[in-house]
Amino acid sequence: MIESPSSPLIESAGSRVRAVQDDFHGDLLEISMGPHHPSTHGVFRMIATLDGEAIVKLKPVFGYLHRNHEKLGENTTYLGSMPYTDRLDYLNSMTNNWAYALAVEKLIGQPVPERAEYVRVILAELTRLQNHTCLAGFLMQDCGCSGTPLMYAFREREKILDLFESLSGSRMMCNYQRFGGCRVDPPSEWLEAARRLTEGYGAFLDEYEALLTRNEILMARTQGVGRLGPELAVNSGITGPMLRATGVAYDIRKVDGYGIYPRFTFRVPLGAHGDTYDRYMIRILEARESISILRQALKDIPAGPIMDPKAKLRGLRPKPGEAYGRIEGPKGEIGFYLISDGSPNPYRYRIRPPSFVNLTLLEDLCLGHTVADAVVILGSIDIVLGEVDR
Amino acid sequence: MLLGASRASEIARFLRDDEALKLDYCSNVTGVDWPEKEIVETVRVETPDPEGGAPKLVDTKVKRIQPGCLEVVYHLYSMSRGIGPVILRMRTENRTDRAVLPSLTPVWRACEFQEREVFDLFGVVFEGHPDLRRILMWDEFKDHPMRKDFTEPDDYEWEPTPHDEVLSKAGRHYPESAQAAQPEKNAAPGAGGAPQGAVKPASQ
Repeated sequence: MIESPSSPLIESAGSRVRAVQDDFHGDLLEISMGPHHPSTHGVFRMIATLDGEAIVKLKPVFGYLHRNHEKLGENTTYLGSMPYTDRLDYLNSMTNNWAYALAVEKLIGQPVPERAEYVRVILAELTRLQNHTCLAGFLMQDCGCSGTPLMYAFREREKILDLFESLSGSRMMCNYQRFGGCRVDPPSEWLEAARRLTEGYGAFLDEYEALLTRNEILMARTQGVGRLGPELAVNSGITGPMLRATGVAYDIRKVDGYGIYPRFTFRVPLGAHGDTYDRYMIRILEARESISILRQALKDIPAGPIMDPKAKLRGLRPKPGEAYGRIEGPKGEIGFYLISDGSPNPYRYRIRPPSFVNLTLLEDLCLGHTVADAVVILGSIDIVLGEVDR
Repeated sequence: MLLGASRASEIARFLRDDEALKLDYCSNVTGVDWPEKEIVETVRVETPDPEGGAPKLVDTKVKRIQPGCLEVVYHLYSMSRGIGPVILRMRTENRTDRAVLPSLTPVWRACEFQEREVFDLFGVVFEGHPDLRRILMWDEFKDHPMRKDFTEPDDYEWEPTPHDEVLSKAGRHYPESAQAAQPEKNAAPGAGGAPQGAVKPASQ
């Protein structure tokens, strides 16, 4: 605590104790939350300065999981980086794989067969479903609602991870996409299981929303907390559900139309207030749109090869050049920037991580709120430290 | 688009505010290291004939050193106009004492953390950045790991039972204690003030 110079000094008998002040106004308290704190979603630290209960300054500190992923990527081949991308945002390995595959396909001009495009969309939307469901669960956990919502979310997530496991061999570290297609062709039983899951997911979301959306405690804790305006959000490079909660219609699936997204009809939900509640609500609405995309994709998926037969995976040596490939990940824009100098390893391998950039505004959002609110705001930004620290 | 450092922020402001462009969203900021390169070129040089005849064209190999630089790359998009990417590049004068560039954080707040990362990993100093500190490496760290000529320190790796490469690295770093830790009996472990466990013999 910073000593207040105004409090009177008690100097009798050589003692230099200051009198206790009843009025603490103006005294600032600095607290360090984390790096090992259950609400920080990993090893993340916030140095918050408090005036009374209100936050007047908050500096995020991270890098505890830093392993210089980009350097690892520059010291291995193009294909060798694919399993590493799983470890970025370990909840969403399928979309990380896709973003990387897309960047390399741009670099070498590699076409992707029709069936693989459909499989990619199916997997990306399943990933989005489980990420958004989990996020709602984590957010409730941060609000102090221990257990139930998170366990409900994990129950549903496990069903999706079972699908991933049966297809790729791993629940979370899928390593499934390749340049020019996908690694394994999903059998018809797998597609049938995905259809069953998609049909059941809407009912789960109804149940989840009945539990949460109009819950008085959730509304009290999140409405009006951490408000963000559209201008600041755009200028700060915020992407994903956090941006759309401020009312900016920017979804890379619509803007870039990568893959085969232009074929599907889906809506982009937008928020009106930009507060934490909107960020929660956007995720639920996006999950519903994902179900609609999944239905269309699972209905239309054609037969055919899953890999381009001419695709070269091992010993890939792209011509000198550069490419930036980006997709709409569940957390925002995830992009890969590659520079090739004609050798088997990329000369520069850069990841544009969505949760790293979204953290830029953590301090702005938290100012004036209490520490308990800062926890909820951080939860609504949806970070994964594996990706922030790289 | 390669920008000169002196007018970069004005150009960036124009790109952001111009009605036709409105590049309001700076997506990706990153550094690229281009170390000095020795280029060997074959050049035909006219050499006078020593015997007084007509000058001849002789192929000679010329070595030329291409100076190195650090490059910072910005990917800009327009959310309102739906265009992009526009790629801005800036290059530093060299890689050592004049690696200074103007910061674009006052124009796009999105650059704040990413420029800090470029400063941390590449060592580009951004003038005008409001909060230029290391972001991923710890504050006391000295080097810039993403540079191409970065060599990892030989004592960073700690293993409870070092062997092979790690042991030889530790031996290079702590020469006296490595000798002390040779499988001689009664040798005091960790002699020479080396950290405990850095050079323990593998047999223990």
